[in-house]
Amino acid sequence: MKLGFSKAEEDFRAECADWLDGQMAGEFSDIKGITTLTAKAERRKEWEQQLAAHKWSCIGWPEKWGGRGATLAQQVIFAEEYARAGVPGRVNHIGIELAGPTILTFGTEEQKARFLPDIAAGKTIFCQGFSEPNAGSDLASVRTKARLEGDEWVVNGQKIWTSLAHISDWIFVIARSEEGSQGPKGLTFLMMEIDQPGIDIRPIEQINGDAEFNETFFTDARCAADSLIGAPGEGWKIAMGLLAFERGVSTLGQQMGFRNELDEIIAAARANGSASDPLIRQRLAKAEIGLHLMRYGALRMLSNSDHSKVDGAALTYKIQWASWRRSLGELAMDVLGQAGEIGTGPDYEWDTLPNLFLYSRADTIYGGTNQIQRNMIAERALGMPREPRGVA
Amino acid sequence: MDFALTDEQAMIADTARQFFAENSTSARTRGAMAADGVDRDLWRAYCQELGFGGLSLPEEFGGAALGMVEFATVAEAAGAQVSAIPLLGQAMAGSAIAAGGSDAQKGEWLPRIASGELIAVAAECADLKADDDMLTGRCDFVAHGNVADILLVIAPGGAWLVETGAKGVTVEAHLTMDQTRPLATIILDRAAGTPLPDASAAASAAQDSGWICLAAEALGGAQACLDRTVAYAKERVQFGRAIGSFQAYKHRLADMMVEIEQARSAVYWAACTVDEQSGDSALALHAAKSFAADTYFKCAGDMIQLHGGIGFTWEHDAHLFFKRARSIQTLLKNGNWHREQVAAMILGEAA
Repeated sequence: MKLGFSKAEEDFRAECADWLDGQMAGEFSDIKGITTLTAKAERRKEWEQQLAAHKWSCIGWPEKWGGRGATLAQQVIFAEEYARAGVPGRVNHIGIELAGPTILTFGTEEQKARFLPDIAAGKTIFCQGFSEPNAGSDLASVRTKARLEGDEWVVNGQKIWTSLAHISDWIFVIARSEEGSQGPKGLTFLMMEIDQPGIDIRPIEQINGDAEFNETFFTDARCAADSLIGAPGEGWKIAMGLLAFERGVSTLGQQMGFRNELDEIIAAARANGSASDPLIRQRLAKAEIGLHLMRYGALRMLSNSDHSKVDGAALTYKIQWASWRRSLGELAMDVLGQAGEIGTGPDYEWDTLPNLFLYSRADTIYGGTNQIQRNMIAERALGMPREPRGVA
Repeated sequence: MDFALTDEQAMIADTARQFFAENSTSARTRGAMAADGVDRDLWRAYCQELGFGGLSLPEEFGGAALGMVEFATVAEAAGAQVSAIPLLGQAMAGSAIAAGGSDAQKGEWLPRIASGELIAVAAECADLKADDDMLTGRCDFVAHGNVADILLVIAPGGAWLVETGAKGVTVEAHLTMDQTRPLATIILDRAAGTPLPDASAAASAAQDSGWICLAAEALGGAQACLDRTVAYAKERVQFGRAIGSFQAYKHRLADMMVEIEQARSAVYWAACTVDEQSGDSALALHAAKSFAADTYFKCAGDMIQLHGGIGFTWEHDAHLFFKRARSIQTLLKNGNWHREQVAAMILGEAA
């Protein structure tokens, strides 16, 4: 067990920092410090291309597909330096962190060649079409239908909560391809181009005034017969494999964003005097400790080569960070006091911390609610009996 | 960077787990609880047969020259069985002498502390008066002070070794809620102390290893609470179903696991920072001690609740965990104190 980085790794850190700081001070200074998912989306697509041009886009991928075949330690370092330099989140994070690894793991050589270089290069932005109005926590009850017509899949139905669909080029969906099938059986995992007459996207306004996610309607939407990953009927397996990639190295970058948020709260507490309140001090300390435990939890998860042992522990990660961040939002408001309830513009606009307070209510819902996470931990990690299923 | 146990570390952890699970049975622990709070056979076997008594002490003084990570795996295993052994004092006094003692002191004391021949304890004594190394003062709430042969006294002005059988030393044993680690008051009235040449190194080594010991014990204890409750949840049937199939029950188990996994990260983070002498070691130690202790208390409390009436009986082991957890929360500074240290650091107020 060793936490320190080697000289070579520290050199790599300096190289990352130099390049990222240079970009944020130069050509891309206009996007530095953006914390929302969608602001300046067009410029951020250019940023994706800049990353790719210098081979910093997907460093963990094999060189053949636009990566560097970077070691775990290097990926950790890059994720940390990326966030430290104030670089905004990746607008193609769904492509890089979910679609890409899924294609790498389950796709054909032809699919890899077709998609991976473009994902890495920021030319193909992906979004995820899993949830439906009646298939949220109960994801396996999706009703969107896919049928093979000649050399095309034809898709009909509705997806919801599709983050970033309005700025994406492609969407991956799970759809029911076997008539009359139920639950996880009979689903197929398809990749579809969004810019077509059969796909209609309508934004959904959120409690913080933003609209980062959408309703996506499919009316005889089409994709080529070979656009599926895996075989027809294997969609659930692929979807579950994909969700496991959510716990990858990217979590460390996400944590650096959390670091910036906590630092802002600490600065606010010092500035307005609430740092002298012993209860606030206790909560600040708890938040600080929780953030470090997230980091070391992620490093433990990533370091462990014995995956059978660590999988159970990895299941606790989502509820851990989501609950931590929701508490952080509440702490932010207690530190700010009533000043936190005053907006910054006529259009229901908010500074980072009040926005964090509102936005963090979504953290414990999306990607599996805390309640679903607890079921998964109890059933998969602790071996408790599964929830009984009702009759559909 | 590789935050996983090495093969050798995993082997030590497995050996320790097996040793305590086999030997530190409930019956034997209860025997010790009814006596002086030490399972002597277990202690002898631990120090001599297993040879782990000097795990982190130098080899020339009977140790194995390993680090805090290895020690944490062992303390975790001992904690999982709520073993009645003076592990805390051995770790604190041993590491203090190794870090701040003279060669002669190391040669005289360490081999006998490592072998378990002597029971060593450590205590802070805020208002100690030292008159030419004749010590006068009162050490309160000394863990396993009732059975100590040698006392390491840490005070603002220095660190001394005192033999408890010497003139001027009075030990008052107390009936203690956690009978696996009884507390005693040790009163010094012009008792002869042997000063350690580097008192500050000794004090900080004692503190580091003490916090690691308690945090790791707490982690092991919390995991044991969860494991035992999970086993019960599978076998106990009510309303025609295993009680573990009820969401109210399951979710509480899941919450225990979420805390325990964080406590595990905290303990091994802290142990690594001490071994690697890295700059965030103070932060990591405060985090580990406070977080692991709170996790243990939550899990032990939940264990009682989730066992229902049987969990409230003397016969069931739940109360051993519950009482040990409560004791760890307060030993070597409580959670609020540790978090206040962290708050001062992050607010830029630290000295």
